[in-house]
Amino acid sequence: MRARAVSAAQVGLLACGTCRQLTRPADKANPGDCPRCGARLAWRRAHSIQYTWALVIAAAICYVPANVLPVLTTTAFGSTESDTIMGGVIFLYVSGSWPLALIVLVASVMIPLGKLVALSYLLITAQRGSVANSHERTRIYYAVEFVGRWSMLDVFVDAFIVALIQLKPLMSVEPGLGVVFFMAVVVLTMLAAQSFDPRLIWDAGHDYRAQHG
Amino acid sequence: MRTPPPFRGRQGKLTLETVACPDCDLLQHIPPLPPGGKARCARCSEILVHQRADPLDRPLALTVAALIAFIIANTAPLMSLSAVGRESSTTIMGGAYEMWLQGSQITAVTVAICAVIAPGGHIAFMLAVLLAVRRPPAPRWVGILLRCAHFMHPWSMTEVMMLGILVALFKIAQLATVIPGIGMYAAFAFIMLLTAVMVAFDPNEVWTRVRWADGSPPPMIAPKGTTA
Repeated sequence: MRARAVSAAQVGLLACGTCRQLTRPADKANPGDCPRCGARLAWRRAHSIQYTWALVIAAAICYVPANVLPVLTTTAFGSTESDTIMGGVIFLYVSGSWPLALIVLVASVMIPLGKLVALSYLLITAQRGSVANSHERTRIYYAVEFVGRWSMLDVFVDAFIVALIQLKPLMSVEPGLGVVFFMAVVVLTMLAAQSFDPRLIWDAGHDYRAQHG
Repeated sequence: MRTPPPFRGRQGKLTLETVACPDCDLLQHIPPLPPGGKARCARCSEILVHQRADPLDRPLALTVAALIAFIIANTAPLMSLSAVGRESSTTIMGGAYEMWLQGSQITAVTVAICAVIAPGGHIAFMLAVLLAVRRPPAPRWVGILLRCAHFMHPWSMTEVMMLGILVALFKIAQLATVIPGIGMYAAFAFIMLLTAVMVAFDPNEVWTRVRWADGSPPPMIAPKGTTA
């Protein structure tokens, strides 16, 4: 390393989470409000690890019913059919559109699962104070933040299928309970990514609280 | 309410070029940048500063265009469908409303938030911020509105919705004939324009023009004669 890397917290400086204004709080335990934008100041996002764990665990619980319960129930010409998320992927694949099947598979099955694994990995390494792979872990965090929204894809697919196919009494589609759980997974993992503080990845080598607690 | 003093450099002047990386907290100095220049964090490579050529007027023009596209996208029908001799058409809100009628209210509310309320709120807040910040020092509520816009941004998912509609159309195509409507084209235009707004806009440019929490004008544009 060329020069010693100094984080703002190590020298008693705090960057506002909203407007990035640097301040030097007199009372380290209660930094107060940002002099520029008035937002509450915090050295690191409040209870970051605890909140993120809670949201990840809640999302993991919802992931099971999201994939097992049907997301759509189609009634056509007197017969009723239920589809899960995987069922929808298989339907797209069988009907000859493997690119769309791949998009839905990645967005609805792999991204939520990948996010849960990635966030757990980031949490465990941050809790253990790991100093290895900090660059890779930061990149993983960017990726989790960036792709999170795309998981909402299946919710929109279902909403517009339900909205369009209302040709009663011949044909109608109803949303299943799976959609609600699936949506919960997406929203909870997005909130989890927002509550995780990426600065914790870099704090590991030197506990900022030891000097300024 | 306690407010800590802003960080000052050795000479007691505001050192505006000193920043802490929001993603790794590394303290570093940003050299003067040419228009269009970017500065990345020396440690985690996050983009710290992106000096835009025209950080307020260009995003304002794009925001006005995006707002018009947004209004059309939400009022004109997205698409209409005909099957077995019957027709139905839907708007974005229609999709959410039908979900509500079919007994999935939580889904309906989420779809409405991600497809209409968050994008609409985001673009409306951006417009208010960009208009109000033109004459510095801007009032404090501009900062509050900018925070609201930032809060809305991750939940605004128009582009995800459009991909969702594409997949839905393919699924339905087997059962019925689908005709894309004006709303669909307007929604595509909205996605492009909103992306352009976010590329052209620099939130830091707004923060340097907004009055501070105690009501004092921002230091960069303090009246002549007073020491900056």
